[in-house]
Amino acid sequence: MLYAVLCYNDESVTSAWSKEEEDRVMRDLTSVQRKYVEAGKLGPVARLLPTTAATTLRHAPGETIVIDGPFAETKEQLLGFYLIDCGSLDEALDFARDLSTANPSSGSYEIRPLALYKPGELPS
Amino acid sequence: MTDTAWIDLALVSARPQAMGALLRYFRNLDMAEEAFQEACIRALKTWPKSGPPRDPAAWLIFVGRNSGIDKVRRQARETVLPPEELLSDLEDRESELADRLDGSHYRDDILRLLFVCSNPALPATQQIALALRVVSGLSVRQIARAFLVSEAAMEQRITRAKARVAAAGIPFETPDAADRAERLAAVATMIYLVFNEGYSAMNGPEGVSADLCDEAIRLARLLLRLFPAEPEIMGLTALLLLQHSRARARFDAHGAIVLLEDQDRRLWNRGMITEALAMIDKAMRHRRPGPYQVQAAIAALHARAERPELTDWEQIDLLYQTLERLQPSPVVTLNRAVAVSKREGPEAALALVEPLGERLSGYFYYHGLRGGLLKQMGRAREARVAFDRAIALATNAAEAAYIRMQLDHLAAEPGRADLAEEKQ
Repeated sequence: MLYAVLCYNDESVTSAWSKEEEDRVMRDLTSVQRKYVEAGKLGPVARLLPTTAATTLRHAPGETIVIDGPFAETKEQLLGFYLIDCGSLDEALDFARDLSTANPSSGSYEIRPLALYKPGELPS
Repeated sequence: MTDTAWIDLALVSARPQAMGALLRYFRNLDMAEEAFQEACIRALKTWPKSGPPRDPAAWLIFVGRNSGIDKVRRQARETVLPPEELLSDLEDRESELADRLDGSHYRDDILRLLFVCSNPALPATQQIALALRVVSGLSVRQIARAFLVSEAAMEQRITRAKARVAAAGIPFETPDAADRAERLAAVATMIYLVFNEGYSAMNGPEGVSADLCDEAIRLARLLLRLFPAEPEIMGLTALLLLQHSRARARFDAHGAIVLLEDQDRRLWNRGMITEALAMIDKAMRHRRPGPYQVQAAIAALHARAERPELTDWEQIDLLYQTLERLQPSPVVTLNRAVAVSKREGPEAALALVEPLGERLSGYFYYHGLRGGLLKQMGRAREARVAFDRAIALATNAAEAAYIRMQLDHLAAEPGRADLAEEKQ
């Protein structure tokens, strides 16, 4: 079974980290990851840019709205995620728009640029 | 991270919210500051035992408000302070308060706080000093160090600024849409000034004023969280990130200035650049260009060039022309001249620069750039005069040293340069 571990924290606190604090946290996290990398159990690791860099495409049958920031409805839950390599935000929005067209239900797609990506090495 | 380190961070990031609310309550900067200090002291005592509260800012506002009220009462008549346990056991009241303090309350409080500091009655340096003291909570010593003045002088400057703000009287009602737009622009300028103060005072790789740049970025991020759909605030944040991404490459090991085209681009902070580029992307989608977005776009073109010769000077020239339309200023034209010199050579750039002489005669970069262009054209004697003027106007040792290096170059090759000059 594959598990996704989604990291949540108070952004107002993490964005107040100094360079040293940031480096220390990243170093400690990497040393935790190492054990699982060596066991071949760690897949992709991604860090997202702050929510201020996010754009959301909201989809309701018959209309899509593009809005700034992550304004997800509280009754919605995170169901999955895609990683896509796009040249621009517009291209990423097109992709999200296509997804929303293919998906008959309403919902939203939050587009968050990545700050860090490590592919990992899970046996397929 | 240790408990106390977490508390420190929580206090730092809750400060603008808490100070904003306390200022609204007490309508007096000194009282709000004292109340916040008191609340922080109580937090340091209480949080390690009872765990962090659900909403640190709401906790601090509540405790700060109580301690301020106590103080007022105590001054009126001697009353006994409630025991510490009573003040610290705030579980229920805190959540009630946190519910009332939704995002829009915070937003108006912080905006009001920042606006108080960017009071137009104060000169820019006092606005910055006050904001750093009140909003960021930097110590007077830290601020004095960044401004390169004595602690006593800075103390006086801040006291004077506070007195002026108090005398001016501040309207405390919730700002309406028009007020908000005006305040937002004033506050953005103030954050930009804080950054510039740090950026230009930095005189070595270990420059203390890197703190000011970090603080300005933090404030810009805060403002963006409050106004997530404002393209100009995205532009401002992106601009600051891009400028700061080059901090490590701007000076060599001896503290001498390294020009953009000579910088080791591997030292640029890629994380900041990635974030800034994503933010500009997002801002552009709004199709509401403004000066910060354009400046950020210019900085982004430099950041995107892997090598200096790959810089898209044509696009930069066009963006400067846009900036000249949006925000005409001789300094903008001066900057455009650099792009023009790369595209069309020093003669064309000099033609653009010469008419600015009257308005920029007291500006270091004007004489520096003019000297550089004249030097490129082989007019050594005039270049030397321009560089001499620049040195006299330099605001820090690194600037002066850079110009001195240019003068040394001129002295080292007098034959060639003067020969060319004779051909004029």
